[in-house]
Amino acid sequence: MTQPDTWPLWEVFVRSKNGLAHKHSGSLHAPDAETALKSARDVYTRRSEGISIWVLPSSSIVASSPDEKEPLFAPSDDKPYRHPTFYDIPDEVGHM
Amino acid sequence: MGEEFSLEHRFQAYIDAENKIEPKDWMPENYRKTIVRQMSQHAHSEVVGMLPEANWITRAPSLRSKLILLAKVQDEGGHGLYLYSAAETLGVSREQMIDDLLQGKAKYSSIFNYPTLNWADMGAIGWLVDGAAIANQVMLCRTSYGPYARAMVRICKEESFHQRQGYEIMMHMAAGTPEQKAMAQDALNRWWWPALMMFGPADAASPNTAQSMAWKIKRKTNDELRQEFVDKTVPQATFIGLTVPDSHLKWNEVTGHYDFGPIDWEEFTQVVKGNGPCNKERLAARNKAHQEGQWVRDAATAFAKKQQARAAAPVSATNPSAA
Ligand SMILES: [Fe+2]
Ligand SMILES: [Fe+2]
Repeated sequence: MTQPDTWPLWEVFVRSKNGLAHKHSGSLHAPDAETALKSARDVYTRRSEGISIWVLPSSSIVASSPDEKEPLFAPSDDKPYRHPTFYDIPDEVGHM
Repeated sequence: MGEEFSLEHRFQAYIDAENKIEPKDWMPENYRKTIVRQMSQHAHSEVVGMLPEANWITRAPSLRSKLILLAKVQDEGGHGLYLYSAAETLGVSREQMIDDLLQGKAKYSSIFNYPTLNWADMGAIGWLVDGAAIANQVMLCRTSYGPYARAMVRICKEESFHQRQGYEIMMHMAAGTPEQKAMAQDALNRWWWPALMMFGPADAASPNTAQSMAWKIKRKTNDELRQEFVDKTVPQATFIGLTVPDSHLKWNEVTGHYDFGPIDWEEFTQVVKGNGPCNKERLAARNKAHQEGQWVRDAATAFAKKQQARAAAPVSATNPSAA
């Protein structure tokens, strides 16, 4: 039959305007970086969503595992002193 | 030459229209240099700024205050990282920047060359030093270089507890025993003027201000920021019964601002030049920490290499069942 799709997957990040960070838009398959960039333009910026695109191989993304959610993120939950609201500052002294 | 001229014109027009400059955009060489210098100095200040406070972590008067101080110092380390990364978007390497700092070739905020003598200084630093830094950083959230502005937004969010925890310390000490109140007053006396110097030379003595303002790297002048800080901080001192150590300090009905006394710029110059009370100590402490951390960096690199080698090796070679 036809050749299997061996094109790698690319993650697409789009900057909507200068001053804002690139944000993940989605992904697509492409044979190389150049083509991925062109396809990303066609797929993700058809309505002027962006002024700059980043593409990178999905395989290069290292993600934390959902199983590790607890040990990774729970330790921040008992540190309310990292938030400004932890401190009682009288209104009289103005915004701080 | 003519082309350069029109490029610079377009660049200025782009900035005038309140657009942000991003790493791949064309920019005048001097803009790039100014931004790199400012971001790296800012990063160094965050890193060196950990030292005066780290000095008191092990001697915090309660577990609560120890946790808070630890969290604050940890934040400052992160701020250094955000800023080094933002500077790296312009092609300078972090190694180079850190090397410049360690060799004493780079500048950092003059304030961190003053000693922290007792616990009240933790209050004064959070309230005054972070307060002054925040005034500057809130302005920089709107700086024209995109990665710098974004780092600042994140930093300002995190800073918001720094000043409050400092003021809380001062508030408690000022309401404590006469000895505690005297300590708070003494800390204010020692940190007030160096905090005012943090905003940099007076506008008249600051030749680069005009260009930085035109490029919207800065949005307010040193003197404007300093005045803003004085106006905000004086009532905060009064509220907790402390006195700002300035006999010239007076509310001016006409201008709607506080008038304040002359700043000792000679002291500032000396501290910037390396002759402040703690310049040598800070640099030595930074170098020592860097050297003593070498084995951690080496171990991490060795471990990563080993993992890579293991992953690349054929299965039979690493199969532990043979052993
Ligand atoms: Fe900071
Ligand atoms: Fe801070």
